[in-house]
Parts: sequence; C-alpha cells; structure tokens
Amino acid sequence: MNKYDAIIIGGGHNGLVAAAYLAKAGKKVIVLERRHILGGAAATEEIYPGFKFTVFSYVVSLLRPEIVRDLNLPKHGLTILPLESTITPLPDGDYLYRDIDHHRTLRNIARFSERDAEAYEEYSRSMYFMAKAVKYILGIIPPDPTSLKPKDLLGLLEMSKHFLGIGEEQFFTLFKLMTMSSADFLEEWFETDPLIATMSASGIIGTFLGPRSPGTAYVLLHHYMGEIDGVFRAWGFAKGGTGAISNSIAGAAREFGAEIRTNAPVSNVIVKNGKATGVALENGDEFLADIIISSLDPKLTFLKLVEENDLPSDLVESIHKFKIRGSSGKVNLALDALPDLSCIPGPGPHLRGAISISPSVDYIERAYDDAKYGEISKQPYIDVIIPSMIDPDMAPPGKHVMSCFVQYAPYELREGTWEQRREELGDNVVNALSEFMPNIKDIILHRQVLSPWDVEQSIGLSQGNIFQGELSLFQLFFLRPASGYAKYNTPIRGYYQCGSGTHPGGGITGTPGRLAALKILKEIN
Amino acid sequence: MPIPTPFHAKTSALTASHEWSNWSGFLAAVMYEPYHEHEYYSIRNSAGLLDVSPLYKYEIKGPDAVFHADRIMTRDITKCEIGQIMYTPWCDEDGKVIDDGNIARLGKDHFRITAADPNLRWFQDCGYGLESEVVNVSDELAALALQGPNSRKILKEIVVGADLDKLQYFWLTEAKIDDFPITITRTGYTGDLGYELWVHPKQAERLWDIIFETGTNYGLSPFGLAALDMARIEAGLVLIEVDYNSSHKAVIESQKSSPYEIGLGWAVKFGENKFIGRRALEEEKVQEPEWTFIGLEIDWVDLESLFSRKNLPPQVTGRASRAALPIYLQSDHIGQATSITFSPLLKKYIALGSVRTNAAKIGTPVKLEVTVEYTRQAVDAVIVKPKFFNPKRKRSLGTDE
Repeated sequence: MNKYDAIIIGGGHNGLVAAAYLAKAGKKVIVLERRHILGGAAATEEIYPGFKFTVFSYVVSLLRPEIVRDLNLPKHGLTILPLESTITPLPDGDYLYRDIDHHRTLRNIARFSERDAEAYEEYSRSMYFMAKAVKYILGIIPPDPTSLKPKDLLGLLEMSKHFLGIGEEQFFTLFKLMTMSSADFLEEWFETDPLIATMSASGIIGTFLGPRSPGTAYVLLHHYMGEIDGVFRAWGFAKGGTGAISNSIAGAAREFGAEIRTNAPVSNVIVKNGKATGVALENGDEFLADIIISSLDPKLTFLKLVEENDLPSDLVESIHKFKIRGSSGKVNLALDALPDLSCIPGPGPHLRGAISISPSVDYIERAYDDAKYGEISKQPYIDVIIPSMIDPDMAPPGKHVMSCFVQYAPYELREGTWEQRREELGDNVVNALSEFMPNIKDIILHRQVLSPWDVEQSIGLSQGNIFQGELSLFQLFFLRPASGYAKYNTPIRGYYQCGSGTHPGGGITGTPGRLAALKILKEIN
Repeated sequence: MPIPTPFHAKTSALTASHEWSNWSGFLAAVMYEPYHEHEYYSIRNSAGLLDVSPLYKYEIKGPDAVFHADRIMTRDITKCEIGQIMYTPWCDEDGKVIDDGNIARLGKDHFRITAADPNLRWFQDCGYGLESEVVNVSDELAALALQGPNSRKILKEIVVGADLDKLQYFWLTEAKIDDFPITITRTGYTGDLGYELWVHPKQAERLWDIIFETGTNYGLSPFGLAALDMARIEAGLVLIEVDYNSSHKAVIESQKSSPYEIGLGWAVKFGENKFIGRRALEEEKVQEPEWTFIGLEIDWVDLESLFSRKNLPPQVTGRASRAALPIYLQSDHIGQATSITFSPLLKKYIALGSVRTNAAKIGTPVKLEVTVEYTRQAVDAVIVKPKFFNPKRKRSLGTDE
C-alpha cells in the first residue's frame, strides 16, 4: 500500500529540503517529481554532448548554512566554489572590475570616481548591517499582524524588538530598501553610472520591474541575504551546477530514508471532507498520507492541484491576483573556446567571475521599456558566467559553457508566440554579447534558448517566474502567498506549501522547505 | 636571505600577491593570487601545482643500502620493493621523532629520501660501518607537486613511456616529458589524487610550461603554502615544527614526541627490521603513549553564539592557523590544537592536535579556547579521527574510473 506520513509534490530544491528534514525526524516520506530529473529550477543537464548546462538557476549564495549543516550536504557532494569577481564591460572599451582584491577594486572604482571608491566601503558596511538585520527574518515563520493569537502577538513583538534594536540609522536604511527603486537607492551613495547599473541589476532579477521602479531596492536586499562560511553577500558556483545542489539534498534525504520518485507527475491532491488524504498521479496511481506538501508555486498549489470549491473564495481571488509575471530568460551556450573580452583580451581570472552586461542604468531601463509593452528587450541586461572556468568538469577540456541570464523576456508577448520568437531572444543576447566579446559568434557550438514560456513548459513554474511569484513588498512575509496562509498552511487540513512562493521567497535558499518542515513537525508531534 | 628555486622565473611571474615565505632557505609563494581560496579549491576541484623544490633530498647507495635505510626508518624497509615509496618517520635512540618523509626505492641498492630538515649527518652516522653512502641530491632535483582530481588527466597528456592509469598510490615510475627524463611519484601532501615530479633543475622551467600548457584546459592553478596548509589539515597530515618538534631541536624533554604520539604508530613496524629507537618504542607500545594525535571538530553553532553575544558574526581564520590553542575537558587542560582551519570544502571548522591519551576517546566533547573580541572563551568541540577528508580517488587507479 502506498501509505506515507508525508508526500511532497515536486522535487525542486525546497521540496527536497522539506523531505530531508521530515525524513530526518523519522517520518516516512516520498517526493514525487514530474520530470525525469530532480531539482526543478536547480538542475544540471547535458544538453549538448559533453557540455553540462546549469540550465535555469546558475549561482548560489542564499542557501542557508544551517541547512548545509543540518543535512551535512558536503558529505553528499555539495561543493561551493567561489565566484569572486564582476566585470562590467563598457561600450567605449573601458570596463569596471570588482573582485576579491579589495584595494584593486577600490582603485578600479576610483578611476571613475574617487568619491565612489570611498563610498563603496561605507556602502558595504551598511549592507553588512542590513544582511544581519534580515537574517533574523530568514529564520522565522511570519507572524500574522491581523491575528490576536498569543503566538502571533509574541512573534510581532519579538520582531519589532529586533528591528528597533538594529539602530536608528540602520532602521531608516532598511526602510529605504523596502520602498525605493534600486537605482534611486544606489544613487544616494554613488555617481558612477556603470557601478550603479551593475549593482542595481540585482534589484531587477526575476521581477517585472526596471531599476527605476520603486520596490526594486528590496530585491537588491534579497540578494544581499546570502552567507557563505559566515561571510555575508558571498556568491558561489556549485560544482556540477545547481543540479548538484539538488542532488546533494536528495542524497541527504535518501540517507534519512526518504523515497524519491521521478517521472511521477501528480495530477491532483485528494481531498475528503476538507482534509487532504493523498495524491493521484496522472497515470491514476494513488499515494496516501496525512500530510501533503506542495512545493509548486501558489498558482499550481491552489488552483491546479486542488478544486477551487475546497478553498475560500477570497483566497482563490488573491491567488488569481498573485503577481507571478515571468520577466527573464536564459541562454546557455556551448563554446569551442574562451570568449575574448575586448576590454581585457585573453584568458584570465576575470573570466572566472560574473560578466555583467549593464553598462548604464539607462541601458537596463530601456531594456525594461521594451518589456513593459510586451517586447523582447532589443539590448537586454545579461548576467553571464562561464561555469567551465570555475568547474572544468562542466565541458570537455579546452571547451566551455556559458550561462546567460537575460532580462527582459516578458512572458506575454505583444505579438506572436514564444515558440515563434524564441530564437529572437537568443539573437538579441548573442548580438549584445558580441559588442563586448568580438569572437563570440565564431565559437558557439550550440545554443539553448529558454523563454519564460519554455521555463513554464519544462519545469512548470507558472509564467516562468523564477521566484514563484514576484518579490514585491505586497506579496512578501505575511502576505506570501496570501494573507492568512503565509505560514506554509492552506485552508485544507493536512495540505501545506513549501515552495519559493512562500516566505522568504525565491532563490536557492532552502528556507521555505526547512521552515515548512519544522512547522509541520511541531504541529504533528 | 632566501634564495630562488629552479622554478622561480615561472613562479615569481605569477605571484601577484607578492607574498613569499622562507621554506628551508628558499623563496616559496604563500599564495599567487591576492586571496588563496581559488588555489585551495584547485587542489580539491581541478588541479593545483606547487613548487616543492625546497624539500631536502638524499640518496643512499651501495651494497648495504637496504640495511642502512632500514636502520634509520621505523617502517620495514626490507619490504620496500623497487619502485615503491614508503612514508615514514625516523627516530632517535629514545624513539622520539627526528623528522618524517618519503623513502623511495629507486633500485636494488638505491634509495631516495625526502626530508623537511637537513639530515645528512644523521643519515651518514646511522650508516657507520656499512658499505653504503649518503649523498645530498637536493640541488640536483627540482620538484613539483601536481595535485587534485584532474592531475592524472593532465599528466597522461604530456607523459611518454609510463602508464599512469596503473601507477599505484605510493609507487613511482620513470618517464619522459618532451624528451627529458622525469621521475613521477604518486605522492603528495594534500590527501588527494596527486603526483610529484622530479627533474634536473635545468629542465625545471620547461616542465612548468608544459604542465601549464595542458593544465589550463583542466582548471590548473599554481598554489602556495596557504592553500597547502588547509589541504593537509583536512587530510590529517602532521607538520614538523607545528604539530610536533624534532627531537634534535627540542630543548625540553616534553617537546619530543614518539611516532605513536603524532598519529604515526601505524608506520612503526616490529618485523625483521632493526631501526634506531626500536627498543624504546616496543616498550612504549606496551605501556601506552602519553599523548594521542587527534582531530577536532569545532561546533559552529556554539561558535556563532559566542560571537553573537558580542553582536558579531563568527570570525574564523581565513588561513590555517598555527597558533596552538589549549583544549579543555571540563576544567582540565588536556592538550592543544596545533593546526586549525576552516574547511571551505567540508564547511567545518577543524583542527589537528594532541591530547592526553586517557582523554582521547573519539566522540569526547571538549572545549577549545577561542578569542572573541579580545576576551578568552571556550567553544564546544568534539574529538574525531584526525582525517577529515579522504577521497577514494586518492588511491584509485585510472583503470578503475
């Protein structure tokens, strides 16, 4: 009999984290994944023979250290290699290069503005306080501010104490981050356009907003919550791509006794008398459990897996309104040789870091202008890394893979369909790259283009939104994904959520999976 | 003033950090880049290249060479086959360790020894009355350590006349690279798959270039002593003058250690061999040594909480630390951590050290002294085996993969 303590729908990284924590606590757990491989958006696939693509997500910073420790992920193969630099090539042949060499970074910024070089240090210090302040948020289940339950009131009190305790200056900075646009926020500190542009790009990733749209500073902050080895804001590349992160979590989950099945698409959650009792696969197989956890996005969790009749109408309405607009695409390239940057020709450590096509704030804002009206950005913002420079096993010796995260690629096009226009996105990316890497067109062996529509088709993320819903203040914390249902719960008894559509949101954090599992364990034990 | 090694023209051109150390009187790069993390990861993730020319190298030759070497080493050298290498300590008459290193049997009556310290006089004295000679060949050999998971792949592309897939852990082979002769030993100080390459100094620069030409495709990076130190702590390999003192340099008796006390008891063999210090060690083995070499895993959550009381994130040494710290069991001082590092690979804060044998049980919860914002604190730690990282590839054959 297919009877379990808990069934997890979706083998993305959060589903796997939830499974591992539940299995570690002795529960009989099964993960059901629709695709042939695990990982959801954290997957590595050999798309072209010999070349491994970190197909969707590509870097890691936000994965919580407590999860790495609790699940002993290094034992299961997790190795996070440092990603130490960012280079922003400029149209005039110049460049802005920031790396782990502190003084060199300051000298490089000072070439543009001596004031900015000094501000850079102060900014880093300020962001340290911000990361420290929000780290607290990453460890708690959001209290409901409208509830009068003692637990919620206590939670709110603790939270206010925490935030009032961070100091006046920090509190105001935090408030600005919550409300401003990333460009405006950064312009309070800096005057160098390429610096502001590149830094503000962190504020637009995964959102359907431009660097000058209010609210993007929060997304900037979200990207600053990362912590590797006790160092805030450190970024890394998982050896083997982000799929290796998923596989290491799956390895831990299996060691704790969890069962994991691929090629097992769930069609719906079985609900009887307001209680979830199991799931049915598309092939009709049924699995039973008292606890069903969906790691899928809120649209699928509430509007596809269960009947709307089983939900209160106000929840149905808010999930319909939940903003999950896909805005980004991904272009993965198999390369015959290393790309040559015209600003720093030849190989070098700068190719082991990020290459940011973000020469100015206007450049990114114009890319957004296209998307606002349903167009693919003609000159897109691109965040490039060359995984094979960091982990040579990603490509055959001497060959390379290149991962290009692209914005903007609106899910809804004004004209045509993504099936018709997909390659246009690829062309725009390659053309934009060739401005700064003259040899790029000659070295491409294979090109994989993923529009948000393709992302939705392949891994199921609604509208291809990488965060399972935009990271806007109006759908964060106790509003993620909807008021009253931000504690990983649903109105259906025994039915829970643990995806990035819940607190604290997207990125490879593992936190939704962990917090959901801990909450469930508390409830049932 | 330290002098250059035969690779200096190559290494100095790459040492952007300008950070050098004095290794036995030679200039040795501490790190090439401004920060050593990438070099450290090259050892574990791709391949790294280290100039190990400053090692002392001696040869013992002559009809009595086996007998001579066997008098010195605690391992049973009579069992060392031609082409085999043994890692071994050597001791004084009281069974206290003088130094440790590799001994390679190059021929029937021909050995080569690597050592951290000068040992010519000791080795010669040990051969008193024997028909054998000890020669210092340090200046005749330039050496590189090519370490890491991709090291075999790189060598296979450039080496002629040797089957590297079949070369076993702690064996050697003669081969050719670009028409010059080279000795390849499957040895290293990183605890990973790796090789050490021995050539005449006039071939040194050419060897460096050839390795880099091919190695670049496999993520090869030069690495310095900072990265090496982290890797060898993960592998649980002792370092002279850090984890123990040479009995020839100790100024008080308690500074000396037997092989049992530094985790090298396994390398003491009481067979047909007759080595200096054997009688003392036979007694010690029965009685139980005073000290035991241990690994320590520091509790990160506890460390974090000590720092967070000062409103700080945990601060750990970015590099391996050689500043010894006391270890406590309840309030008793039971020993010291002598090498400490955060392992970026294992995501653990780890240490090697020694504690009194009666407190050395694996799993014993202890406390390690740490300094948090100028105040002395004690962090929770647990005694573990002194081997944190030991991948299969270290020993596996190319034909197994």
